[in-house]
Amino acid sequence: MTPTVSVLTARDAGLTGCTRCGRVWPEGTQACGRCGARLRRVSTAGLQRVWAWWLAGLIFYIPANLYPMLRTATLGGHQQNTILGGVVELLAHHNYLVAGVVFFASLVIPVAKFFAIAYLALSVGHERRAGSHPHLHLYEVVEFIGRWSMIDVFVVAILSALVQLGAVASIHPGPAAASFALSVAFTMLSAQSFDPRLIWRGPAQAKDP
Amino acid sequence: MTDLSVPLDQLIACPCCDALHHATVLGETERAACVRCGTLLITPRTRSFLHVIALAFTAMILMVGAVFFPFLTISAKGLSHASSVFEAAMAFSDGILAPLSLAVLLAIVALPTLRFAALIYTLWPLSNGRPAWPHAARAFRLAEELQPWAMAEIFIIGTAVALVKVAGLASVSLGPAFWAFCALIIVTALKNVFMSKWTIWRAIEQS
Ligand SMILES: [Zn+2]
Ligand SMILES: [Zn+2]
Repeated sequence: MTPTVSVLTARDAGLTGCTRCGRVWPEGTQACGRCGARLRRVSTAGLQRVWAWWLAGLIFYIPANLYPMLRTATLGGHQQNTILGGVVELLAHHNYLVAGVVFFASLVIPVAKFFAIAYLALSVGHERRAGSHPHLHLYEVVEFIGRWSMIDVFVVAILSALVQLGAVASIHPGPAAASFALSVAFTMLSAQSFDPRLIWRGPAQAKDP
Repeated sequence: MTDLSVPLDQLIACPCCDALHHATVLGETERAACVRCGTLLITPRTRSFLHVIALAFTAMILMVGAVFFPFLTISAKGLSHASSVFEAAMAFSDGILAPLSLAVLLAIVALPTLRFAALIYTLWPLSNGRPAWPHAARAFRLAEELQPWAMAEIFIIGTAVALVKVAGLASVSLGPAFWAFCALIIVTALKNVFMSKWTIWRAIEQS
């Protein structure tokens, strides 16, 4: 699949495009005169920030899975649940759909996101200049879906606020809620720091036909 | 294929692949996508700025209801407890989790409200054909940059999951704030559909 459309990029034309509003400016301009956003040249220098946020997200993801997310106290006794424990309990109550949603949002999406961002960042410069559609789609999915991991944090917030029935039942948040929220926020920042224009830059020696 | 002799303000660079395009004012339902990567560059301007303002204003009113009316009420064994969205956000307010309370409050109440306010501030003078107010560009850029962090719709899915989780423990009834929140999400989605960013940026620049 080699589309032979010859495409002129802003960079080729000696211009820098604003990634916020699309306006173009002569190369070397610092900030967009229309929307005020800082203009970023298409360069691999920005990848350092991607990796820094990525690592921070990974570090916080570990305690998020080890510590309890919820502490439940009922007449029957105390109970602590980690993220995975919460999914297992939902399965035990035959709530398969909800268990699936939580499993996907809290475990599948974060882990897949770490791999996807790392893959995108590592493969910069290796794509063929003309056809990097799969990489762009991957980037769009990561950008779109990453924030949905926050579901479990909101579940903990609602349960803790709602279930306050004294001795009958009470739920309190665990430390994992904070580290999970931070992990999701850091990976969102990591994905936002990745410049999708790098996907199309291709190997340095490849020139447009 | 892209002629560079035109003024710079008639060019548009794709934010996803840097391809240069000629920007032209499109018809009501036309849209422009990047020739190389397919990213939508100019979304159709299906409604006027006034429609967007009306929706943003509706959303702000719904947010007031969503925050202050009871959200959910739980009852079990003769005990009951009502909680508002504000209380849900404050669930983390004791101990080391306190900053998380602030973050939740930002994500579900403050940032969505700020985005609606910034949008109204930007579009109100433009819809009347007057020059944009000072810092309109900054306000609109703020509204755009905050978008990923405004999580009202994720909060509602979280509520649904929480309802299933407590189902075995107690019975829960939905308060007016819950429905206000659902309406808020629909209004926000409509607003996003009616809004053409490129048209707004162009209007700010030319005013
Ligand atoms: Zn700009
Ligand atoms: Zn493109």
